[in-house]
Amino acid sequence: MYVYDEYDRTLVAERVAQFRGQVARRLSGELSEDEFRPLRLMNGLYMQLHAYMLRVAIPYGTLSSVQMRQLAMIARKYDKGYGHFTTRQNIQYNWPKLDAVPDILADLAKVEMHAHQTSGNCIRNVTADQYAGAAADEIEDARITSEVIRQWSTFHPEFSFLPRKFKIAVTGSPHDRAAIKVHDIGLRTIRNDHGEVGYEVVVGGGLGRTPIVGLTIREFLPKRHLLSYLEAILRVYNQEGRRDNLFKARIKILVQSMGGTAFTEKVEAEWRAIRKDAVDFSSEDFARIAAQFAPPRYVTSTAHSAEFEAARLADKDFEAWCRTNLAPHKQPGYAIVNISLKPIGGVPGDATAEDMELFAKIAELWSFSAIRVTHSQNLVLPYVRLSDVHAVWQALRGAGLAAPNIDLITDIISCPGLDYCNLANARSIPVAQRISERFASLDRQYDIGELKIKISGCINACGHHHVGHIGLLGVDKKGEEFYQITLGGSADENASLGTLVGPAFSYDRVVDAVETLVETYVTKRQPGEIFLDTYRRLGVAPFKEALYGSHPA
Amino acid sequence: MAQHVVTANRLGDGGVVYLSTAGGWTEWLSEADIVDSDADEARLLAIAERAVAARLVVAPYAIPVERQGASLKALSQRERIRAKGPTIHPQFCKPEAGGTGLESSACMSTTNTTAHW
Ligand code: SF4
Repeated sequence: MYVYDEYDRTLVAERVAQFRGQVARRLSGELSEDEFRPLRLMNGLYMQLHAYMLRVAIPYGTLSSVQMRQLAMIARKYDKGYGHFTTRQNIQYNWPKLDAVPDILADLAKVEMHAHQTSGNCIRNVTADQYAGAAADEIEDARITSEVIRQWSTFHPEFSFLPRKFKIAVTGSPHDRAAIKVHDIGLRTIRNDHGEVGYEVVVGGGLGRTPIVGLTIREFLPKRHLLSYLEAILRVYNQEGRRDNLFKARIKILVQSMGGTAFTEKVEAEWRAIRKDAVDFSSEDFARIAAQFAPPRYVTSTAHSAEFEAARLADKDFEAWCRTNLAPHKQPGYAIVNISLKPIGGVPGDATAEDMELFAKIAELWSFSAIRVTHSQNLVLPYVRLSDVHAVWQALRGAGLAAPNIDLITDIISCPGLDYCNLANARSIPVAQRISERFASLDRQYDIGELKIKISGCINACGHHHVGHIGLLGVDKKGEEFYQITLGGSADENASLGTLVGPAFSYDRVVDAVETLVETYVTKRQPGEIFLDTYRRLGVAPFKEALYGSHPA
Repeated sequence: MAQHVVTANRLGDGGVVYLSTAGGWTEWLSEADIVDSDADEARLLAIAERAVAARLVVAPYAIPVERQGASLKALSQRERIRAKGPTIHPQFCKPEAGGTGLESSACMSTTNTTAHW
């Protein structure tokens, strides 16, 4: 994985020292809250409903066992013994005390972690395909591109005061596991007819108040031009993006208002103008960074493991977990293991310090100390030998962490919502918990098949509800919690936004409404169809009728 | 005017507090000073602003409440959750008002009660 160089280390250490001074000045009264707020936000520190919240970056979702242990230590020492993995591949601590935050940042720095670029109108931490470096269908490790962008964008003077925050996502396979079409810029790694590796460049996607599926402005960008092209896009945005209206400041609004063709032409013209002088990374630069992500020392094995097959045959529960929680690996004899952080009735994305220590240990024993955080709030062990998979499962199961439900109806994405978040209209987590309990039966979950439910507590859409097969959005009606339901969203390469099905449901009725939708699908599906297929074939009408009768209120 | 109390977050740890009848800040909504006129609300907010200047709290504001028997209920769901703590972690919630204080209460146990698989 990427290792800090001297420059990174000095920079992070300086920032910790600076923030220590700023906290001291805040506590002594030299800084007012208005002066302090932007400084704390630059260091990932928010004020939530009940306490401060520290958002720690996990660049492209990659963690080592050492880092995971440190996260556990921080949870125990400075917080209430747990942390929350978010849809942005970050971890949030919900209860830090202000005067302890500089110490937390110093402890993070010891393991080359920080909380920069988790806030503010800068280029935020790049998110990547969680199977990067391991997926069987991968063209190139998305972390290499992500790291190139990180090095280029970290504290980039020209781009640290953009009109608004800026999110970039990279997927290393044609299949999109990083939701690139709903980011400000999405890069999909592809190979052209000549076998050359490059990117499809998608711009202007996003969720939030104005959800938009991004537009492909370039079918193929050769890898060597990545940075100059990004620079051209950001230049156009920096010059033309609106700074007068917070709600119109994202690049997606600019793309919409200029029109896709005009925007693309402007970017291409800018690119032609700066291309010669821009700082593109050479192939040596790429190679230098790629070396940091060299594959682990795999043990040469055959694609088949008799031990593994025998364990699957012998143990029904293990077999069930393998079916949902494993993904194909590019290295013969290895598997990608998903760890679900969605136990039935649990808080999606939460992990206790003990859980984190166990993940660290399992990764150390069986996955070259590598762990990934996914945007679905789960974890991944990217390099597990097939013959070790059973041992991994036993260790997880012993701690109650072997939920066999990846991509099933109980693998729900949920933002913190009104239990923690200062901006929320309604709770998300307990709705997720109640749905999970309602569909606890594994047989029922398997029968329903792939179904992605995503819940946000407000229009900011941290829970990605627009791209849920079923999306729930919390709204406030006279101080009470209600939920709007959207159907048919998807975040993969066939991205689509959900359609609002009708009037919102109360907190008490929303789980029944979800069940009605699921039962409608079960009744109307054709063989082999998942919920999304049935929805796309039939449209919203039968679902609407099931929820509201033939005369919706 | 409906009944109101003034709330804020503590500077040191962000904890939810209310201006109390005793003139200081309390963690318990039930101990909050209730006012029902604009003039009294303005008076409380002025006190709160002095506490901001004294670096005790940040961002004070008034919220509508309703007396229900012996207890006091915030009118919005947001404020009810602020008053009690997250609804999903019973172990991190505030005990009923008048408890012995957060640190000594059973509410602060760090054992995870999340139902694992
Ligand atoms: S979607 Fe809204 S409620 Fe949920 S975490 Fe984001 S800002 Fe908070």
